[in-house]
Amino acid sequence: MATLQLNQVTKSFDDTHVIKGVDLEVNDKEFVVFVGPSGCGKSTLLRMIAGLESATSGDILIDGTRMNEVGPADRGLAMVFQSYALYPHMTVEDNMGFSLRLAGVGKEARREKVREAARILQLEPLLDRKPKALSGGQRQRVAIGRAIVRNPSIFLFDEPLSNLDAALRVQMRIELARLHEELDATMIYVTHDQIEAMTMADKIVVLQGGVVEQVGSPMELYHHPRNRFVAGFIGSPKMNFLPVEVVEADAEGISVRLPGGGVTKVPVEGQDQRPGTALELGIRPEHLVLDDDQGPLSGDIQVLERLGGQTSLYVQMDDAMVTIMADGDVAHRVHDKVRFGFESGRAHLFDSDGLALPSLELHPLAGLRRQDNRAATDVNGA
Amino acid sequence: MTTVKTKTLAGDGQAPAVSVLRTSPMRSARTRRLGLTVLGWAIACLIFFPIFWMVLTGFKTESAAIADPSLIFSPTLESYIEVQARADYFKFALNSVVVAFGSTLAALLIAIPAAYSMAFLPTKRTKGTLLWMLSTKMLPPVGVLVPIYLLFRDFGLLDTRTGLVIVYTLMNLPIVVWMLYTFFKDLPKDILEAGRMDGASTLQEVMFLLLPLTLPGIASTGLLSVILSWNEAFWSLNLTSSNAAPLTAYIASFSSPEGLFWAKLSAASTMAIAPILVFGWLTQKQMVRGLTFGAVK
Repeated sequence: MATLQLNQVTKSFDDTHVIKGVDLEVNDKEFVVFVGPSGCGKSTLLRMIAGLESATSGDILIDGTRMNEVGPADRGLAMVFQSYALYPHMTVEDNMGFSLRLAGVGKEARREKVREAARILQLEPLLDRKPKALSGGQRQRVAIGRAIVRNPSIFLFDEPLSNLDAALRVQMRIELARLHEELDATMIYVTHDQIEAMTMADKIVVLQGGVVEQVGSPMELYHHPRNRFVAGFIGSPKMNFLPVEVVEADAEGISVRLPGGGVTKVPVEGQDQRPGTALELGIRPEHLVLDDDQGPLSGDIQVLERLGGQTSLYVQMDDAMVTIMADGDVAHRVHDKVRFGFESGRAHLFDSDGLALPSLELHPLAGLRRQDNRAATDVNGA
Repeated sequence: MTTVKTKTLAGDGQAPAVSVLRTSPMRSARTRRLGLTVLGWAIACLIFFPIFWMVLTGFKTESAAIADPSLIFSPTLESYIEVQARADYFKFALNSVVVAFGSTLAALLIAIPAAYSMAFLPTKRTKGTLLWMLSTKMLPPVGVLVPIYLLFRDFGLLDTRTGLVIVYTLMNLPIVVWMLYTFFKDLPKDILEAGRMDGASTLQEVMFLLLPLTLPGIASTGLLSVILSWNEAFWSLNLTSSNAAPLTAYIASFSSPEGLFWAKLSAASTMAIAPILVFGWLTQKQMVRGLTFGAVK
């Protein structure tokens, strides 16, 4: 059992407010990812949970006990650092067993625990090596092994994959997900990479400027972003934004006039929106469809990126640049004029404050977590 | 660079040109290296010459020492024997060893915690404190001679090893703290934080992580402090007379009002610098490693 609760946690360095009142609940065995742009305070928040930074105000509770004044070692947590932070003068075995040595665990018991962790991470042949003689991926595994040996109630990861190359990052991502399942532990993971967040998280916490913008499952954030920031941050390539104008609003949604004159009805709440109000329409690149006959939107292709299975089209409209993810085999060329459209149910509307108008219908996968995903697979498998 | 050229030329099928290109930069690199080696040796010889001459003079008779400089003479241990007869070298040498190593140990004991807190728990005033400490080295020691002398007299520290250890410790502390601070700063903070997460107390952090990882730096700092203390003459001449006098005072005792006795002075000086020279020779690897610690890590 390991739960974490943050109540109105703040952090200030002199006059700079880095964390501005964060409330958060992390359930037992949950994989929670803090994601946000550089400087959003995600690492600081993690370090506060770890006890490496003190909170200026608010409460940090682990399993219901206030931990603000408890030292890092006594919170029952383990942390994997971005730089791995291995002890360069110790062998892999000593690195992994250091916490046990400090705790006064005997040599034999220590050896056994280290071997067990090494087995999980396939580090057994490397136990006698020094960190210098390891590759980046191996160092990362040792850092994780050091955390496992402590048998913590919560694992903390501070951008653990950002020093690895792309291929290794994908592999480690899979390994971490597997590890979460095998250890059945609560994990908090910080990253600026929204793909890591989407693929690994049960719950994503999007931070910006020291404030939590939204908390939810990956699919919830993808389908129901609460504001323009989350909408733009989650999903790759980025969501497109187009200026639109309200034509009329009723119980079935809001009709808006698109650039180019077409009208479409987006199924969102907001009957009080008055005709003529300026809104922003958000539509993801993968939801834009090329339609040379009837597409309500049009523009010139500026850049065309063929990825094989998919092709990204960067299209210049009159007053906006949009990205379209199209089929890999589209025959278009640069400077072609294209017409395109979208299914109105896929669109999002944002008011002048950048807040999303809530959808009338919840996406069927919005509540889905990675754990549920696994359960579903098991059922299918059986 | 060379390989790129050779490849292009080889591609053109001009094999002879390739071999010319391949040797000439190497030859010029070799010439340059030779030039640098000669220059290096020349400078080293220039610096070493006075020491060499001093050692040589120590083996001359007093009359040969003041005669025309010559490399050809019949060596004698006369001066060494006379010097030893006049004053017990080993007493002074022991004082030097005790004072140099004692003050170094004391300086390290004070400086390690100081540098730790400055490097890892800096405050707004850390930079200012460091500069202030260094600025104390800019004051000529003679400026504080009278107050220190009076303090030493009142506390009964005149002509005691303890007194010298205290003065040398204070004298070297700014440099020792400053050097340790730079070595500690080079250590990634994450490593200590990982230690803290693993349950290390501050003392364990220092003992198990900080000290082993910055040992080359600490060693070279300690060596520098030993050498500085060994060579110090101002305070030893002013604060000691016979009991606690180190080798610097011993050398000075050979320049007397009756005149300079070059051979004896040289013999005494040779004996005074010999231990630290051997010590420096034996530890040069550590010294160089420590001084380039941050650069090659």
